[in-house]
Amino acid sequence: MKLFFTIIKRDFRLYIRQGMENLTVVMFFIIVVTLFPFGIGSEFNELKNIGAGIIWVSALLAAILSLERLFQTDYEDGSLELLALQPIALEIIVLAKALVHWLTTGITLILATPILALLMNIPDEGYWVLLLSLIIGTPSLSLIGTIGAALIIGSKRGGVLLALIILPLYIPILIFGIASVKAALEGFPIESHLMILVALFMVALALCPWAGAGAIRQALDS
Amino acid sequence: MNCFSGKKLACIRGERNVFSDLSFSVCEGEMIVLKGPNGSGKSSLLRLMAGLLRPAKGELVWNGKSISEEPEIHNQRLHYVGHLNPIKSILTVYENINFWTELRNCPNQINYALNVFGISHLQNILGKFLSAGQIRQTNLVRLLAIPASLWLLDEPTASLDANAIKALENAIKRYRTNGGIVIASTHLNLNWGNAQILNVEEFNLRRLN
Repeated sequence: MKLFFTIIKRDFRLYIRQGMENLTVVMFFIIVVTLFPFGIGSEFNELKNIGAGIIWVSALLAAILSLERLFQTDYEDGSLELLALQPIALEIIVLAKALVHWLTTGITLILATPILALLMNIPDEGYWVLLLSLIIGTPSLSLIGTIGAALIIGSKRGGVLLALIILPLYIPILIFGIASVKAALEGFPIESHLMILVALFMVALALCPWAGAGAIRQALDS
Repeated sequence: MNCFSGKKLACIRGERNVFSDLSFSVCEGEMIVLKGPNGSGKSSLLRLMAGLLRPAKGELVWNGKSISEEPEIHNQRLHYVGHLNPIKSILTVYENINFWTELRNCPNQINYALNVFGISHLQNILGKFLSAGQIRQTNLVRLLAIPASLWLLDEPTASLDANAIKALENAIKRYRTNGGIVIASTHLNLNWGNAQILNVEEFNLRRLN
């Protein structure tokens, strides 16, 4: 457990030292969302209906953007093979990386959402549900993302490959994330959708560290 | 008495047989120097010994127990220095080394280790301002900062100057008198006391056809 926090502490320090570079992901998120009103016109009702969907899809894309370097930098400078040689299971390392990814990317996306929801004219009933669905859903994005990030280790142009691997796996989270907002807007109960998001998170938590660690072992073994 | 041995090891990389039927045995205070031309499999052999690669045939044994049975215990007792230097450019020298010592959960000997390599003045310098040789030394400091029973060194002297090579030679001698086991690959003729020479080329297979 102490080693788990050692890794988190180090990755956090690396994140903070990067400085302004960290803002690129959240800026990407904001710009993609703001493109839509320009593309489809700022028709009051149209935006209201698709606003939550736009924010969710943009959040997925922004998460993918930041996943590419998750293991790549450690692989390139030899840190990853040395991490694999420490008295700590690779699964724990993957879990720590996913947690740091969520704390650095997931939370910044959630923090940027209130302004974007205003911009998309999402009504009050949907506003809090949108935030709640992102809070429950984004940890799963980070966890599932570790599988993709581990599978592209060593490939030169991994970014597109990562998107191809991971985006299909994000579909269930997207469906239930948006469904919860839709239900709230139409006055239906939202609990069942959010419960399914929680269930998806549990499944991701149970499976992704093992899959990610397996992919890393494969990468180091070749 | 710690002993580390390999029995009839074979290594396949891609479709190519790198070496086969390779055996070695080394005990406390001893050293093996791996020789052989580029591509003969010295690095692969060291990666096998570290547990990063699995042997296609044969097994590696520490004190009678196969290392694949208890990989985390094997990790705890070894240091591996590969071609790459896991030094982060945005962490200081001290922070870089400290991270690896914290993972091993051992008493802090970083200052002593920095002194041995004569780079204590660099400890608050960020990794990106170091020269190639200084980065290599920072990586080697890990060996002395954290106690371990086995050192696996892949061309440890790469980009080191004469003084740093001398410091490494002395560190290895001292480590061996304290019962450490060293396995290193090198092209240079260095003065690290008597050592077994293992020429990996002798175990290379001629390409089939």
